Amino acid sequence: MPHPAERRLIFEHVDEPGYTTDLPCYLAHGGYEALKKSVARKPEELIDEVKKSGLRGRGGAGFSCGVKWTLVDRKSGKPIYLIVNADESEPGTFKDRYIIHQDPHQLVEGIMITCWANQVRQAYIYIRGEFPRGARLLEHAIAEARAGNFVGPNILGTGYSCEIYVHRGAGAYICGEETGLIESLEGKRPYPRIKPPFFPAVLGLYQCPTIVNNVETLCHVKHIAAMGGEAFARIGTLNNTGTRLLCVSGHVQRPGTYEFESGKITLGRLLNEICGGPRPGRQFKAVIPGGSSSKILRFGERFKVKQRDGTMVDWGVEDIPMDFDSLAACGTMGGSGGVIVMDDSVDIVAALANLNAFYAHESCGQCTPCREGSLWMKKITARMVRGEARPEDGALLKSVADQIAGRTICPFGEACAWPTQSFVQKFGDEFRNYASRPNPGPAATELA
Amino acid sequence: MSSALKPADLITVTIDGREIAVPKGTNMIEAAQVLGIEIPHFCYHSKLSVVGNCRMCLVEMGLPALDPATKQPVMDPATGKPKINWVAKPTIACFTNASPGLHIRTGTPLVRECREGVMEFLLVNHPLDCPICDQAGECKLQEQATGYGRGYSRYIEQKNVKPKRTLLGPRVMLDDERCILCSRCIRFSKEIARDDVLGFIDRGSHSTLACYPGRKLENNYSVNTVDICPVGALTSTDFRFKMRVWFLKTTPSICPESSVGVNTEVWSREGVVYRITPRRNDEVNDTWMADSGRLLYKQVTADHRLREPSVDGTTVAGAEALAQAGALLKAGGVAIVGSGRSSVEEQFLTRKLADAIAAPAWLVSRVGQGDGLLISADRNPNVRGALVTGLIKTVPEAELTELAAQIAAGKIKTVVSIGEDLTAAGLGEAQLNRIAIVYLGTHANATSAGAKVVLPTLTVFEKAGTFINQQFRLQRFAPAVPGPQGAADDLVILAGLVEAAGGGALASDIDGLWTTLASEIKPLATVTYQNLPATGLLLDASDFSDLPFPEDETLHFNPKQ
Repeated sequence: MPHPAERRLIFEHVDEPGYTTDLPCYLAHGGYEALKKSVARKPEELIDEVKKSGLRGRGGAGFSCGVKWTLVDRKSGKPIYLIVNADESEPGTFKDRYIIHQDPHQLVEGIMITCWANQVRQAYIYIRGEFPRGARLLEHAIAEARAGNFVGPNILGTGYSCEIYVHRGAGAYICGEETGLIESLEGKRPYPRIKPPFFPAVLGLYQCPTIVNNVETLCHVKHIAAMGGEAFARIGTLNNTGTRLLCVSGHVQRPGTYEFESGKITLGRLLNEICGGPRPGRQFKAVIPGGSSSKILRFGERFKVKQRDGTMVDWGVEDIPMDFDSLAACGTMGGSGGVIVMDDSVDIVAALANLNAFYAHESCGQCTPCREGSLWMKKITARMVRGEARPEDGALLKSVADQIAGRTICPFGEACAWPTQSFVQKFGDEFRNYASRPNPGPAATELA
Repeated sequence: MSSALKPADLITVTIDGREIAVPKGTNMIEAAQVLGIEIPHFCYHSKLSVVGNCRMCLVEMGLPALDPATKQPVMDPATGKPKINWVAKPTIACFTNASPGLHIRTGTPLVRECREGVMEFLLVNHPLDCPICDQAGECKLQEQATGYGRGYSRYIEQKNVKPKRTLLGPRVMLDDERCILCSRCIRFSKEIARDDVLGFIDRGSHSTLACYPGRKLENNYSVNTVDICPVGALTSTDFRFKMRVWFLKTTPSICPESSVGVNTEVWSREGVVYRITPRRNDEVNDTWMADSGRLLYKQVTADHRLREPSVDGTTVAGAEALAQAGALLKAGGVAIVGSGRSSVEEQFLTRKLADAIAAPAWLVSRVGQGDGLLISADRNPNVRGALVTGLIKTVPEAELTELAAQIAAGKIKTVVSIGEDLTAAGLGEAQLNRIAIVYLGTHANATSAGAKVVLPTLTVFEKAGTFINQQFRLQRFAPAVPGPQGAADDLVILAGLVEAAGGGALASDIDGLWTTLASEIKPLATVTYQNLPATGLLLDASDFSDLPFPEDETLHFNPKQ
């Protein structure tokens, strides 16, 4: 049962007994009505609805979906492609998989509405290689939708045709970066492209204008089409409209994926009330609020934040509303909605060592700072955990991270630098005193 | 051919406070170079696509602030110049092209810090084995570490271990630990050599360069990857471990492999040539050359090199060989087989010789398959020189049919062959038995073996001269090493033959000869050897436009234009 504080749009039927992934079930629950309504309207009207809705991308950057669609080059005469980014790889994030596994037709409907709005004739779902079941479910759903005339030629008798293809990735984190994804979809190594000039809206897949949207974003499009942009904009808070899927993992009593109105729930309420607070005898130590790349927050920190109306507020970690703007004001980000909670049992250096191992493993290797820096940071933290820490290692780590962030081809530079920068900045004492810490935990031996 | 740019085509950009007008779209690394400002880089190469992966060329970039209402630049009252909005993050200069009002700064603390960071990153997993590395002395990593690095290392971790000796192809060896993954070699193979064989495998810092499965880097341009490798990752199997580059002197030369006239540098020490590399000429070969041309230096010391003058197979003094040859020439009934491999100067003297004794002269063509890049169909480097100097009137043929007929008719008693093998040019025993041969050349062949007089001459690496390539571009080469003791400069021998044949005394030194050339050959009227531009000089070719030359399109040559 959903928590009373939740507001479920996308997750309306998730975990609902008797709800299946089949088309008849979806249709019985009002499925594809939004698509039917949409194809009766002019495409531009739908783009306007999305603009009015204030929808921001749910993949991580929180970029305005309406603006993204507006930037698409419609004068080039080239086909426009839609790519559904289902490469959900950000550690701590497990929302898109839920949608695909439990309600794939919702995504297919969102895709078709988006395709109609942008007059796209071919859409690709790029799904990460580790989701074989998701890929099968999507293939099945698309086949059903095709049979039901929701996908394919002459959709719902409109004369408009559009195909959806499922493309499975091979399991590289960098394929979630939109231009890396495009390269991969083109059959190449997923080396992200340089922006400018290779903005997907102009020079995307096969050098054609391309829209890349996250799975959750496209599901929201379905609800915007159903309820109208203005109604959607009334959900959530100003500039952070609609609902948001939050994936809570780590040291809470009830981890899981929850859906709330954006900004209507604070981090403290999320963790203590919804997720049941820390494990018995434990206290929260830190939380990564938006996927592993977002900067860590240390419980006990205070944030002086200027609000939209100009008033200043003084927040603790528990007081931060879970929306893009509030989290950004506190120096971190809403990102992909992956909330990773750590209690006081966590060896913070070992935790960073774990993250650094991930980023070193996933750096594509195209550009120097990220390629060499991510591995160097991994080697430093692994050495520290191994028992060879030096007091200066924290400062060295921070300096290496500073040499990466802002100097790379793609945002992976920031993604791998921000954890190190924030861990060292906020837990500097633990890094400095790591060699002489009283009680090396089990994590240390495991990682070493 | 770059046409002169009109001022309207130029836009003004500002680099470190200095303004410069450049064509729109000029890359900022190139624009800075014009001002003498070096922007360090590894992956950027002016002749390859831009990928921006090394991040060494990070600079600060700014554009004029525009008034949102009027779209006009906002002026800074303090300076009277447009106000500049500087971008917070550093930008790579290689992917930044000149646009109106663009400003970059290359010397700020941020830029310095970026370079130090990238240098440090490039060195953390680099083996730092300069003392045993062939690239030492011409290594971008060494140079830029000195110029832009911190000079000390903070790295105490284990370095990555990668393959040290991977033979990518017959001429290129890879040391993966030295590789900085700039992808120049990959781009070269794909974009220039059109042989897409190289790629990276694995990920992140463990990425390694490799050939595609079942493929080798064995195209005839493979060694260019060694030239453009900014570090010692790719080395030439022919040159590695042979000589420290700082001991070598370079001599500008021209590759005699075909009529493309690839500009080269010959690297030598104490009279020995160690390698040949391309010399940049954007109108001819850019920065490339074929592998086959690089190996031509081996002919200098080849076993069949002619080292002593001889008469009837017996070694004699040069003067005596010359006298014997002179006697044959004076006896009359002489024909001359000149060479498309001779220099312009030599061909001019060959013509003088033909004129002096009223001898007919031919050239032997050497036509093969062009590769569309830097080897043309005409494997003679200087057929056009023979046309310009008047030695021949039309393009040569492969077989000396007319000469054979004249020998058969008993009109010819002596043939002077300038390095050509007459048997290969279609003369059979029936003809050869009826003539005496005077052979001038560098290497022994069937013709020199049967010659009455053999006069050893010099290779292109041992003498000065010029070639006229397929574009009618006059290009100069200089001597890199001395020739064998018994050989003499072709010019000296030819001038000696002219004099012995009664043609009078001609200059046999290059400068003296050019005075005559300039006065007698119309297209060369204003040329002197010493003032010839390093990239060559296009000659007026209108007199020869109707001739059926064999060349097809190559890198900077289109016969239809």
